[in-house]
Amino acid sequence: MDPITRRELMLEHYQNPVHKGLLNDKEYIKVNTHNESCIDNLEIAVKIEDGIIKDIRFDGEACAISTSATSIMIETLLGKSIDKVKEIVQNYENMINEENYDEEILGQLNVYNETYLQPNRKKCALLPFDALKQILKQIEKEK
Amino acid sequence: MNRSDFPMLQNDLIYFDNGATTLKPQTVIDEMVDYYSNYSANAHRGDYDVSLKVDKMYENVRDKVQKLINCAKREEVVFTKGATESLNMIVFGYMKYILKENDEVLITKAEHASNVLPWLQLAKEIGIKIKYIPLDEQHELTLSSLQKSITDKTKVISLAHITNVVGDVRPLEEIGKICKAKKILFVVDGAQSVAHIPIDVQKYNVAFLAFSAHKMLGPTGVGVLYGRYDLLNIMHPLQYGGGMNNLFEIDGTVEYKNIPTRLEAGTPPIAEVIGLGKAIDYLLDIGIDNIHKYEVQLKEYAINKLEQIPNIKIYNKHSQSGIIAFNIDGVFSQDTAVYLNHYHICVRAGNHCAKILKDEFKINNTCRISFYLYNTKAEIDTLVKVLEQSENIFKIVL
Repeated sequence: MDPITRRELMLEHYQNPVHKGLLNDKEYIKVNTHNESCIDNLEIAVKIEDGIIKDIRFDGEACAISTSATSIMIETLLGKSIDKVKEIVQNYENMINEENYDEEILGQLNVYNETYLQPNRKKCALLPFDALKQILKQIEKEK
Repeated sequence: MNRSDFPMLQNDLIYFDNGATTLKPQTVIDEMVDYYSNYSANAHRGDYDVSLKVDKMYENVRDKVQKLINCAKREEVVFTKGATESLNMIVFGYMKYILKENDEVLITKAEHASNVLPWLQLAKEIGIKIKYIPLDEQHELTLSSLQKSITDKTKVISLAHITNVVGDVRPLEEIGKICKAKKILFVVDGAQSVAHIPIDVQKYNVAFLAFSAHKMLGPTGVGVLYGRYDLLNIMHPLQYGGGMNNLFEIDGTVEYKNIPTRLEAGTPPIAEVIGLGKAIDYLLDIGIDNIHKYEVQLKEYAINKLEQIPNIKIYNKHSQSGIIAFNIDGVFSQDTAVYLNHYHICVRAGNHCAKILKDEFKINNTCRISFYLYNTKAEIDTLVKVLEQSENIFKIVL
């Protein structure tokens, strides 16, 4: 992906993120996430029905990378099964951490394939995925 | 002062994060290397020459601290891990045994976590009440607001001399007088001030003072607790062990040493204390008052230029220290810091450990510039130039 397209896509999702604003609905499982610099503050809420991601919403304040990654993550994961989501999360983490990954499965999330060049931003790109993993863990415990 | 005294400044960077930690002059580094290379023994122990030298060098630093803060006795100076530990000792080693349920402690929303969380914890433990003195529209503390907050239950006022985000200088002399008249204990967090503006603990009626060496050209891992002798003398140690006892028997008989040694259990950070001594030499050689004047000059110079940039919001234009909190409109503070980093300019983004200040600023995060004696107007010019071009910010950070 060329740098201009990559930047434009991130910027679009930073300035106009999808699914921003939480709903007052008890069916959503919610977590709050702070990265280690204690600066980003995102709340992520997921609604799952029959093992399928029905909806993801978020709110809060974060940097351009965290916010855009949240928005693109939401678009990518909607309607996917939990097993598929786990596969995507694993491949995304591998990409950020410079390990082998399946480019195809990540779709638009490939815009973060050069984030590793700025190691201090890895945490930002992983932030929404860390939150999502917490939610998935919570669901497994409840089973 | 020469910029060449600081090896870090040989690197290609503009260091504006002095509120977090300061750079170290070569003399401080050399002093610590000298200890490790030439007389690396324990303190307060041996009967051999190098150990005696350690004692002399270590204890000598107490005299230097005494001179820096003008306390009455050298025994009032305790070496700790840093300002955080000092404040915890004040709260859990002294206040816990003196304060009673419903006694009031006055602080502000601009205090650092280290001057908030120990008090909140003590409130949970013994039921004291923590009250926040209202700040004015510049987010600064005024004497009238402080006076109005005092009740007959107020037993402690605990304040930073200079706050770490707003950077306002609190009028310690006047507050000290009020505390004296009302028999209130005055605790001062000096982390952002001791190396930036003169302090006189006797003149200002300070009961306790806490500060860290690494924010004053010294090494990490060491700080100071000052306590007035009569108060410090009844402080309970938070740590027990070697070095602080005279004797102990199997029947439980224990006799502790006098202060300050009683409050310095275990092998102290010897190299760091000796390094702190050299840092104090460096500071006193320049004169703390001169440092303050220079920082205020740098801030005025920077504010005049930053004000010309239309999309920059400054939160603390008027405070008289080297601290500037700002944001670029519509840009998250961390993105601003990453952008400046691209030009090798180091600033801090976030809430700067003052997490309740957001109630005052109506915003969670800011970028903070904090100047020190080695910063220059030319460095500020570079910063201003970069911020003027900030419409390109996302080309850099994304």
